[in-house]
Amino acid sequence: MTTCFDADRRRALAAAAAVVLGAVAIKVGAASEERVIAVVARKFSFVPDEIHIAQGETVVLELSAPDVIMGFSCHELGVRTDIVPDSVTHVRLTPTKAGRFQFSCDVFCGSGHEDMDGVIVVVAAG
Amino acid sequence: MPTFDRREFIQLAGLGGLVFASGLAGATSGADDFCFVQLSDTHWGFEGAPNPDARGTLKKAVVAVNALARQPDFIVFTGDLTHTTDDPKERRKRMAEFRDIVAELKVKSVRFMPGEHDASLDRGEAYQEFFGATHYAFDHRGVHFIALDNVSDPGASIGEAQLAWLADDLKRQPKDARIVVFTHRPLFDLYPQWDWATRDGSRAVELLLPHANVTVFYGHIHQEHHFMTGHIAHHSAKSLIFPLPVAGSQPKRAPLAWDPAQPYRGLGFREVEPDAKGAGWKIDELPVVKA
Repeated sequence: MTTCFDADRRRALAAAAAVVLGAVAIKVGAASEERVIAVVARKFSFVPDEIHIAQGETVVLELSAPDVIMGFSCHELGVRTDIVPDSVTHVRLTPTKAGRFQFSCDVFCGSGHEDMDGVIVVVAAG
Repeated sequence: MPTFDRREFIQLAGLGGLVFASGLAGATSGADDFCFVQLSDTHWGFEGAPNPDARGTLKKAVVAVNALARQPDFIVFTGDLTHTTDDPKERRKRMAEFRDIVAELKVKSVRFMPGEHDASLDRGEAYQEFFGATHYAFDHRGVHFIALDNVSDPGASIGEAQLAWLADDLKRQPKDARIVVFTHRPLFDLYPQWDWATRDGSRAVELLLPHANVTVFYGHIHQEHHFMTGHIAHHSAKSLIFPLPVAGSQPKRAPLAWDPAQPYRGLGFREVEPDAKGAGWKIDELPVVKA
Protein backbone atom coordinates (compact mmCIF):
# COMPACT_ATOMS: atom_id res chain seq x y z
CA MET A 1 0.00 0.00 0.00
CA THR A 2 1.51 3.32 -0.96
CA THR A 3 -1.02 5.74 0.43
CA CYS A 4 -3.89 5.88 2.84
CA PHE A 5 -5.87 8.39 0.89
CA ASP A 6 -7.19 9.12 -2.51
CA ALA A 7 -6.25 12.24 -4.44
CA ASP A 8 -9.28 14.26 -3.33
CA ARG A 9 -8.55 13.50 0.28
CA ARG A 10 -4.93 14.49 -0.24
CA ARG A 11 -5.88 17.84 -1.79
CA ALA A 12 -8.40 18.49 0.97
CA LEU A 13 -5.84 17.78 3.64
CA ALA A 14 -3.28 20.01 1.96
CA ALA A 15 -5.81 22.82 2.00
CA ALA A 16 -6.71 22.07 5.60
CA ALA A 17 -3.06 22.05 6.61
CA ALA A 18 -2.63 25.45 5.02
CA VAL A 19 -5.58 26.78 7.01
CA VAL A 20 -4.43 25.23 10.26
CA LEU A 21 -1.00 26.65 9.78
CA GLY A 22 -2.24 30.08 8.88
CA ALA A 23 -0.67 31.57 11.96
CA VAL A 24 2.71 29.96 11.48
CA ALA A 25 3.07 29.11 7.81
CA ILE A 26 5.70 31.21 6.16
CA LYS A 27 7.21 31.90 2.83
CA VAL A 28 10.67 30.42 3.00
CA GLY A 29 13.32 33.00 2.43
CA ALA A 30 11.18 35.80 3.79
CA ALA A 31 13.50 35.98 6.76
CA SER A 32 16.86 34.69 5.69
CA GLU A 33 18.30 34.82 9.19
CA GLU A 34 15.96 32.06 10.34
CA ARG A 35 17.49 28.64 10.37
CA VAL A 36 15.61 26.11 8.23
CA ILE A 37 15.57 22.52 9.49
CA ALA A 38 14.42 19.89 7.02
CA VAL A 39 12.51 17.02 8.61
CA VAL A 40 11.43 14.02 6.56
CA ALA A 41 8.61 11.83 7.87
CA ARG A 42 9.02 8.36 6.41
CA LYS A 43 7.42 5.04 7.22
CA PHE A 44 8.09 4.88 10.16
CA SER A 45 10.57 7.42 11.41
CA PHE A 46 11.40 11.08 11.42
CA VAL A 47 14.76 12.11 9.98
CA PRO A 48 16.21 13.67 12.03
CA ASP A 49 14.46 12.44 15.12
CA GLU A 50 16.32 14.82 17.40
CA ILE A 51 16.20 18.54 16.69
CA HIS A 52 18.29 21.03 18.64
CA ILE A 53 17.11 24.62 18.97
CA ALA A 54 18.41 27.38 21.20
CA GLN A 55 15.92 28.90 23.60
CA GLY A 56 14.46 31.98 21.94
CA GLU A 57 15.78 31.05 18.49
CA THR A 58 13.32 31.16 15.64
CA VAL A 59 13.60 28.22 13.28
CA VAL A 60 11.56 26.97 10.39
CA LEU A 61 10.75 23.28 10.25
CA GLU A 62 10.53 22.20 6.61
CA LEU A 63 8.39 19.08 6.79
CA SER A 64 7.92 16.55 4.01
CA ALA A 65 6.44 13.05 3.80
CA PRO A 66 7.38 11.05 0.69
CA ASP A 67 5.29 7.95 1.50
CA VAL A 68 1.88 8.75 2.94
CA ILE A 69 0.15 11.53 4.81
CA MET A 70 1.76 11.96 8.20
CA GLY A 71 1.25 14.22 11.18
CA PHE A 72 3.75 16.25 13.14
CA SER A 73 2.67 17.04 16.66
CA CYS A 74 4.65 18.55 19.50
CA HIS A 75 1.93 19.15 22.03
CA GLU A 76 4.08 20.89 24.63
CA LEU A 77 5.32 23.47 22.12
CA GLY A 78 1.88 23.93 20.59
CA VAL A 79 2.80 22.67 17.13
CA ARG A 80 0.78 20.28 14.98
CA THR A 81 0.18 19.89 11.28
CA ASP A 82 -0.54 17.34 8.62
CA ILE A 83 2.33 16.61 6.25
CA VAL A 84 0.98 15.86 2.81
CA PRO A 85 3.01 14.04 0.12
CA ASP A 86 4.05 16.11 -2.89
CA SER A 87 4.16 19.29 -0.87
CA VAL A 88 6.37 20.84 1.78
CA THR A 89 4.91 22.19 4.99
CA HIS A 90 6.68 24.97 6.83
CA VAL A 91 6.28 25.66 10.50
CA ARG A 92 7.93 28.60 12.27
CA LEU A 93 8.83 27.88 15.85
CA THR A 94 10.37 30.01 18.61
CA PRO A 95 10.64 27.95 21.80
CA THR A 96 10.65 30.10 24.90
CA LYS A 97 11.33 27.36 27.43
CA ALA A 98 14.27 24.99 27.62
CA GLY A 99 13.90 21.24 27.86
CA ARG A 100 13.19 18.08 25.89
CA PHE A 101 9.87 18.01 24.09
CA GLN A 102 8.64 14.86 22.43
CA PHE A 103 7.07 15.05 18.99
CA SER A 104 5.23 12.29 17.17
CA CYS A 105 3.18 11.40 14.14
CA ASP A 106 -0.49 11.80 15.03
CA VAL A 107 -1.96 10.55 11.77
CA PHE A 108 -2.21 6.76 11.90
CA CYS A 109 0.08 5.75 9.06
CA GLY A 110 0.74 2.04 9.37
CA SER A 111 2.20 -0.78 11.37
CA GLY A 112 5.08 1.28 12.75
CA HIS A 113 3.03 4.38 13.54
CA GLU A 114 3.21 4.05 17.29
CA ASP A 115 7.01 4.10 17.28
CA MET A 116 7.23 7.15 15.05
CA ASP A 117 8.43 9.93 17.28
CA GLY A 118 11.35 12.19 18.12
CA VAL A 119 12.43 14.95 20.44
CA ILE A 120 13.03 18.68 20.18
CA VAL A 121 15.85 19.67 22.50
CA VAL A 122 15.66 23.32 23.46
CA VAL A 123 18.99 24.44 24.87
CA ALA A 124 18.83 27.09 27.57
CA ALA A 125 20.04 30.52 26.51
CA GLY A 126 23.28 31.91 27.81
CA MET B 1 -7.12 17.37 35.91
CA PRO B 2 -10.27 16.04 37.67
CA THR B 3 -9.31 12.41 37.56
CA PHE B 4 -9.70 9.79 40.23
CA ASP B 5 -8.41 6.29 40.74
CA ARG B 6 -10.51 3.16 41.03
CA ARG B 7 -10.54 3.17 44.82
CA GLU B 8 -11.77 6.75 44.89
CA PHE B 9 -14.27 5.93 42.16
CA ILE B 10 -15.70 3.06 44.15
CA GLN B 11 -15.90 5.24 47.24
CA LEU B 12 -17.71 7.90 45.28
CA ALA B 13 -20.04 5.35 43.77
CA GLY B 14 -20.79 3.92 47.18
CA LEU B 15 -21.61 7.34 48.54
CA GLY B 16 -23.73 8.27 45.57
CA GLY B 17 -21.50 11.34 45.32
CA LEU B 18 -19.72 12.96 42.44
CA VAL B 19 -20.10 10.17 39.94
CA PHE B 20 -23.78 9.62 40.32
CA ALA B 21 -25.02 12.89 41.70
CA SER B 22 -26.07 14.24 38.34
CA GLY B 23 -28.25 11.25 37.77
CA LEU B 24 -30.09 11.24 41.05
CA ALA B 25 -32.63 13.88 40.20
CA GLY B 26 -35.00 13.32 37.36
CA ALA B 27 -33.32 10.25 35.95
CA THR B 28 -35.40 8.28 33.54
CA SER B 29 -36.71 5.25 35.32
CA GLY B 30 -37.21 1.95 33.59
CA ALA B 31 -33.62 0.80 33.27
CA ASP B 32 -34.30 -2.75 34.34
CA ASP B 33 -31.95 -5.05 36.11
CA PHE B 34 -29.41 -6.10 33.54
CA CYS B 35 -25.74 -5.97 32.81
CA PHE B 36 -23.46 -5.76 29.82
CA VAL B 37 -19.84 -6.75 29.40
CA GLN B 38 -17.16 -4.54 27.84
CA LEU B 39 -14.09 -6.09 26.27
CA SER B 40 -11.50 -3.95 24.56
CA ASP B 41 -8.26 -3.87 22.65
CA THR B 42 -7.90 -7.55 21.89
CA HIS B 43 -5.37 -6.82 19.10
CA TRP B 44 -5.81 -10.18 17.43
CA GLY B 45 -2.71 -10.80 15.30
CA PHE B 46 -0.25 -9.16 17.68
CA GLU B 47 2.91 -11.12 18.34
CA GLY B 48 5.65 -10.13 20.75
CA ALA B 49 7.23 -10.35 24.15
CA PRO B 50 4.59 -8.21 25.93
CA ASN B 51 2.22 -11.17 25.62
CA PRO B 52 3.68 -14.66 25.05
CA ASP B 53 0.11 -15.99 24.99
CA ALA B 54 -1.15 -13.55 22.37
CA ARG B 55 -2.97 -16.31 20.51
CA GLY B 56 -4.56 -17.63 23.68
CA THR B 57 -5.62 -14.58 25.67
CA LEU B 58 -8.73 -13.72 23.66
CA LYS B 59 -9.87 -17.33 23.80
CA LYS B 60 -9.38 -17.34 27.57
CA ALA B 61 -11.44 -14.15 27.81
CA VAL B 62 -14.25 -15.81 25.87
CA VAL B 63 -14.16 -18.73 28.30
CA ALA B 64 -14.17 -16.31 31.26
CA VAL B 65 -17.20 -14.42 29.93
CA ASN B 66 -19.03 -17.67 29.23
CA ALA B 67 -18.37 -18.73 32.81
CA LEU B 68 -19.97 -15.64 34.38
CA ALA B 69 -22.70 -16.67 36.81
CA ARG B 70 -25.02 -14.11 35.29
CA GLN B 71 -24.78 -13.82 31.55
CA PRO B 72 -24.89 -10.25 30.23
CA ASP B 73 -27.69 -8.97 28.04
CA PHE B 74 -25.07 -7.97 25.51
CA ILE B 75 -21.33 -7.71 25.01
CA VAL B 76 -19.50 -4.78 23.46
CA PHE B 77 -15.98 -4.73 22.04
CA THR B 78 -14.71 -1.14 22.11
CA GLY B 79 -12.18 -1.33 19.32
CA ASP B 80 -8.79 -2.59 18.26
CA LEU B 81 -10.28 -6.00 17.65
CA THR B 82 -7.24 -6.72 15.49
CA HIS B 83 -3.65 -5.55 15.51
CA THR B 84 -2.85 -3.38 12.55
CA THR B 85 -1.14 -4.66 9.45
CA ASP B 86 -0.19 -2.85 6.26
CA ASP B 87 -1.45 -5.80 4.21
CA PRO B 88 -5.22 -5.55 3.45
CA LYS B 89 -5.44 -9.31 2.89
CA GLU B 90 -3.86 -10.05 6.25
CA ARG B 91 -6.15 -7.46 7.88
CA ARG B 92 -9.19 -9.36 6.63
CA LYS B 93 -7.69 -12.67 7.72
CA ARG B 94 -7.26 -11.35 11.24
CA MET B 95 -10.80 -10.02 11.29
CA ALA B 96 -12.17 -13.35 10.14
CA GLU B 97 -10.20 -15.18 12.84
CA PHE B 98 -11.35 -12.72 15.48
CA ARG B 99 -14.97 -13.10 14.38
CA ASP B 100 -14.72 -16.88 14.55
CA ILE B 101 -13.21 -16.83 18.05
CA VAL B 102 -15.84 -14.53 19.53
CA ALA B 103 -18.58 -16.58 17.87
CA GLU B 104 -17.94 -18.97 20.77
CA LEU B 105 -19.46 -16.45 23.20
CA LYS B 106 -22.65 -17.86 24.66
CA VAL B 107 -24.32 -14.47 24.49
CA LYS B 108 -25.19 -13.81 20.88
CA SER B 109 -25.98 -10.13 21.20
CA VAL B 110 -22.51 -8.75 20.51
CA ARG B 111 -21.76 -5.17 19.48
CA PHE B 112 -18.54 -4.17 17.80
CA MET B 113 -16.66 -0.93 17.27
CA PRO B 114 -13.43 -0.27 15.42
CA GLY B 115 -10.17 0.98 16.83
CA GLU B 116 -7.50 2.74 14.84
CA HIS B 117 -5.71 -0.57 14.35
CA ASP B 118 -8.83 -1.94 12.60
CA ALA B 119 -9.94 1.05 10.60
CA SER B 120 -7.47 3.89 10.19
CA LEU B 121 -5.53 2.53 7.22
CA ASP B 122 -8.57 1.96 4.99
CA ARG B 123 -11.11 4.28 6.61
CA GLY B 124 -13.02 1.33 8.00
CA GLU B 125 -13.52 -0.54 4.73
CA ALA B 126 -12.45 -4.00 5.90
CA TYR B 127 -14.04 -3.50 9.31
CA GLN B 128 -17.42 -2.73 7.76
CA GLU B 129 -17.23 -5.85 5.59
CA PHE B 130 -17.05 -7.96 8.72
CA PHE B 131 -18.78 -6.01 11.47
CA GLY B 132 -21.06 -3.42 9.87
CA ALA B 133 -21.47 0.25 10.68
CA THR B 134 -18.74 2.04 12.60
CA HIS B 135 -21.18 4.30 14.44
CA TYR B 136 -24.74 3.59 15.50
CA ALA B 137 -27.24 3.87 18.31
CA PHE B 138 -29.62 1.46 19.99
CA ASP B 139 -31.92 1.31 22.96
CA HIS B 140 -31.90 -1.38 25.59
CA ARG B 141 -34.06 -1.53 28.70
CA GLY B 142 -34.57 2.19 28.97
CA VAL B 143 -30.98 3.13 28.20
CA HIS B 144 -29.92 4.87 25.00
CA PHE B 145 -26.56 3.56 23.77
CA ILE B 146 -24.46 5.45 21.23
CA ALA B 147 -21.34 4.08 19.53
CA LEU B 148 -19.08 6.84 18.19
CA ASP B 149 -16.33 6.27 15.64
CA ASN B 150 -13.21 8.36 16.28
CA VAL B 151 -10.79 6.07 14.44
CA SER B 152 -11.84 5.69 10.80
CA ASP B 153 -10.28 9.10 10.24
CA PRO B 154 -6.54 8.42 10.65
CA GLY B 155 -6.27 11.91 12.13
CA ALA B 156 -8.48 10.86 15.05
CA SER B 157 -11.47 13.08 14.34
CA ILE B 158 -15.13 12.21 14.65
CA GLY B 159 -15.89 14.50 11.73
CA GLU B 160 -18.65 16.90 10.81
CA ALA B 161 -21.04 14.31 9.38
CA GLN B 162 -20.96 12.08 12.43
CA LEU B 163 -21.20 15.03 14.82
CA ALA B 164 -24.32 16.16 12.94
CA TRP B 165 -25.70 12.63 13.25
CA LEU B 166 -24.95 12.68 16.99
CA ALA B 167 -26.66 16.04 17.43
CA ASP B 168 -29.72 14.77 15.62
CA ASP B 169 -29.81 11.57 17.64
CA LEU B 170 -29.51 13.47 20.92
CA LYS B 171 -32.30 15.87 19.95
CA ARG B 172 -34.68 12.96 20.12
CA GLN B 173 -33.63 12.09 23.67
CA PRO B 174 -35.17 13.68 26.77
CA LYS B 175 -32.67 15.73 28.75
CA ASP B 176 -32.87 13.22 31.60
CA ALA B 177 -32.49 10.15 29.39
CA ARG B 178 -30.00 7.60 30.55
CA ILE B 179 -27.30 7.65 27.88
CA VAL B 180 -24.19 5.52 27.46
CA VAL B 181 -21.56 6.36 24.85
CA PHE B 182 -19.12 3.75 23.58
CA THR B 183 -16.03 4.98 21.81
CA HIS B 184 -12.47 3.86 21.25
CA ARG B 185 -10.30 6.89 21.96
CA PRO B 186 -10.93 9.18 24.92
CA LEU B 187 -13.19 12.08 24.00
CA PHE B 188 -11.07 14.40 26.16
CA ASP B 189 -7.38 15.27 26.02
CA LEU B 190 -6.07 12.56 28.29
CA TYR B 191 -2.51 12.71 26.92
CA PRO B 192 -2.26 13.94 23.34
CA GLN B 193 1.50 13.36 23.35
CA TRP B 194 0.70 9.66 23.15
CA ASP B 195 -2.24 10.05 20.83
CA TRP B 196 -4.65 9.63 23.74
CA ALA B 197 -7.20 12.16 22.56
CA THR B 198 -9.83 12.80 19.90
CA ARG B 199 -9.14 15.91 17.87
CA ASP B 200 -12.76 17.09 17.93
CA GLY B 201 -13.81 15.12 21.01
CA SER B 202 -14.69 18.31 22.89
CA ARG B 203 -17.44 18.95 20.35
CA ALA B 204 -19.03 15.58 21.13
CA VAL B 205 -18.79 16.33 24.84
CA GLU B 206 -20.45 19.73 24.24
CA LEU B 207 -23.34 17.97 22.54
CA LEU B 208 -23.65 15.50 25.41
CA LEU B 209 -23.37 17.99 28.28
CA PRO B 210 -27.00 19.23 28.16
CA HIS B 211 -28.04 15.68 28.99
CA ALA B 212 -27.98 14.97 32.71
CA ASN B 213 -27.18 11.27 32.70
CA VAL B 214 -24.34 10.44 30.34
CA THR B 215 -21.54 7.94 30.87
CA VAL B 216 -18.73 7.11 28.41
CA PHE B 217 -16.98 3.76 28.18
CA TYR B 218 -13.92 3.57 25.97
CA GLY B 219 -10.67 1.67 25.33
CA HIS B 220 -7.43 2.58 23.54
CA ILE B 221 -5.21 3.27 26.56
CA HIS B 222 -5.04 -0.36 27.79
CA GLN B 223 -5.73 0.43 31.43
CA GLU B 224 -8.45 1.63 33.73
CA HIS B 225 -8.83 5.37 33.93
CA HIS B 226 -11.71 7.41 35.33
CA PHE B 227 -12.24 11.04 34.49
CA MET B 228 -14.99 13.64 34.63
CA THR B 229 -15.85 16.32 32.07
CA GLY B 230 -18.49 18.27 33.95
CA HIS B 231 -21.06 15.71 35.07
CA ILE B 232 -20.03 13.15 32.42
CA ALA B 233 -17.95 10.21 33.65
CA HIS B 234 -15.45 8.59 31.27
CA HIS B 235 -14.23 5.06 32.08
CA SER B 236 -11.48 3.38 30.05
CA ALA B 237 -11.16 -0.39 30.00
CA LYS B 238 -8.24 -2.74 30.36
CA SER B 239 -6.85 -4.43 27.28
CA LEU B 240 -6.81 -8.12 26.43
CA ILE B 241 -3.32 -8.10 24.94
CA PHE B 242 -0.91 -5.96 27.00
CA PRO B 243 -1.16 -3.09 29.47
CA LEU B 244 0.25 0.34 28.69
CA PRO B 245 1.95 2.65 31.20
CA VAL B 246 0.24 5.49 33.00
CA ALA B 247 0.23 8.60 30.81
CA GLY B 248 3.60 10.33 30.87
CA SER B 249 5.10 7.91 33.39
CA GLN B 250 7.87 6.89 30.99
CA PRO B 251 9.37 8.51 27.90
CA LYS B 252 7.70 6.23 25.38
CA ARG B 253 4.30 4.62 25.09
CA ALA B 254 5.80 1.11 25.20
CA PRO B 255 3.80 -1.86 26.53
CA LEU B 256 4.47 -2.94 30.10
CA ALA B 257 6.58 -6.08 30.25
CA TRP B 258 4.96 -9.48 30.72
CA ASP B 259 5.60 -10.78 34.22
CA PRO B 260 5.95 -14.60 34.22
CA ALA B 261 5.27 -14.58 37.97
CA GLN B 262 1.95 -12.83 37.35
CA PRO B 263 0.83 -13.74 33.85
CA TYR B 264 -2.06 -11.71 32.41
CA ARG B 265 -1.51 -9.00 35.04
CA GLY B 266 -3.13 -5.77 33.95
CA LEU B 267 -5.42 -7.50 31.44
CA GLY B 268 -9.13 -7.99 31.90
CA PHE B 269 -12.66 -7.04 31.04
CA ARG B 270 -15.56 -5.53 32.91
CA GLU B 271 -19.15 -6.16 33.79
CA VAL B 272 -21.34 -3.08 33.96
CA GLU B 273 -24.79 -2.77 35.44
CA PRO B 274 -27.12 0.12 36.20
CA ASP B 275 -26.77 1.54 39.67
CA ALA B 276 -30.01 0.93 41.48
CA LYS B 277 -29.83 4.29 43.25
CA GLY B 278 -29.71 6.55 40.24
CA ALA B 279 -28.50 6.84 36.70
CA GLY B 280 -24.92 5.83 37.36
CA TRP B 281 -23.25 2.52 36.64
CA LYS B 282 -21.65 -0.12 38.80
CA ILE B 283 -18.42 -1.42 37.27
CA ASP B 284 -16.91 -4.75 38.17
CA GLU B 285 -13.41 -5.32 36.81
CA LEU B 286 -12.68 -8.98 36.06
CA PRO B 287 -9.42 -10.80 35.24
CA VAL B 288 -8.81 -12.94 32.17
CA VAL B 289 -7.67 -15.77 34.39
CA LYS B 290 -8.59 -16.04 38.05
CA ALA B 291 -5.59 -16.05 40.37
